[in-house]
Amino acid sequence: MKLRSKSVFLGFALSLAISGPACSQGFVEIQAGGVEDMPLDYAPEYSPVNEVALPVDEVIRVAQVGGANIFNRNLKKQKMKNAPPPEDGIHDTENEGTFVLQPPLEAYEGLPPSDFGNYVDWVKALDEKKLSPRWDRVDSSEEPFVMDMDIVRPVNASVPDVVFPHRQHTEWLACSNCHPAIFIPQKGANQINMSAILLGQKCGVCHGKVSFPITTKSCKKCHSKPKPADWQPPLSEATLKNPWR
Amino acid sequence: MSRVTKHSKWRYVLLGAITWLAAFTLPQTAHAEYADVVINNYADAAGIRPAVFPHWFHRIRFRCKVCHADLGFQFKAGGNKITMAKIIDGKFCGACHNGEIAWSVENCAMCHSGIPGTPTHFHGSTVQRLIAPAYKPVEKQ
Repeated sequence: MKLRSKSVFLGFALSLAISGPACSQGFVEIQAGGVEDMPLDYAPEYSPVNEVALPVDEVIRVAQVGGANIFNRNLKKQKMKNAPPPEDGIHDTENEGTFVLQPPLEAYEGLPPSDFGNYVDWVKALDEKKLSPRWDRVDSSEEPFVMDMDIVRPVNASVPDVVFPHRQHTEWLACSNCHPAIFIPQKGANQINMSAILLGQKCGVCHGKVSFPITTKSCKKCHSKPKPADWQPPLSEATLKNPWR
Repeated sequence: MSRVTKHSKWRYVLLGAITWLAAFTLPQTAHAEYADVVINNYADAAGIRPAVFPHWFHRIRFRCKVCHADLGFQFKAGGNKITMAKIIDGKFCGACHNGEIAWSVENCAMCHSGIPGTPTHFHGSTVQRLIAPAYKPVEKQ
């Protein structure tokens, strides 16, 4: 009933708009039962809006300007994930030792997958006890000193703020690996930016080389604390001083 | 008609032959495991293949702390100036690769397995993937 009254009203309004109040041309009155038992004659013909029919004899055009306009020209395609040593391009196939080395995929069986790096989520693997790497060179019973403390670093840009979890890091590393050479253990004492990280400083000492790399897929691993709902990006100086604003 | 098909067939055979040849002659792009380190400080000069260190293999067995805090490995590819003399003295790799914790140093070809001439580098690092190389000098005009 609701649908019916709505469509009638819509039709009425439409007819009003098209040809004035007195005319009811093109007006479809829907039967009492609603849309379901509408006579077929009234059903509007379906015509796809977004579909464009392809021309029968279409000529595919190929650029004729050398190799300048290749798609994704600068992207290095990773041909094979976790290639075995003889096929990975850095091991010498003329060296018999290359064929003794373990292929990575053999070792990664059963480990949680990830989208980047080794395509293995190492932290998750350790949390799920799929791995038990030694904390000491010889003593396999020694346990790490784990510190569970999250550090939130606000970010000026619109990306989510950074949360640094000490827990995941202290499970693998000793304090002396980072403090005080790479990070001064004091609030506000460390200037960190993505350019430095990409060039291998600060977090980039490990991230981007050994621990998970910096790709579009991994941004949110660090930038994980969403901005408050009422957050607005700060306007740049040039905008604030814009005389034509 | 038959002439056309004959012609195109031979063209495909030729194309196939060229691609087959190219696959063997062109330098292959490396797609080694992420965080594999090629160490070639002294290897090439000493007439042996560069050493390849697989981080993934060692990470399964040891936490980072063991090598990077206890054994004194710096966080830098080629930054440790490892030599065989240091290794047989029980330093760096030699702390474990001594026949007790891991296989011993007589297995030369296991580590020294890189393609000769490969420079010291971190395979698959972010710096390598940057489209404009960070080390490219700015041209002065």
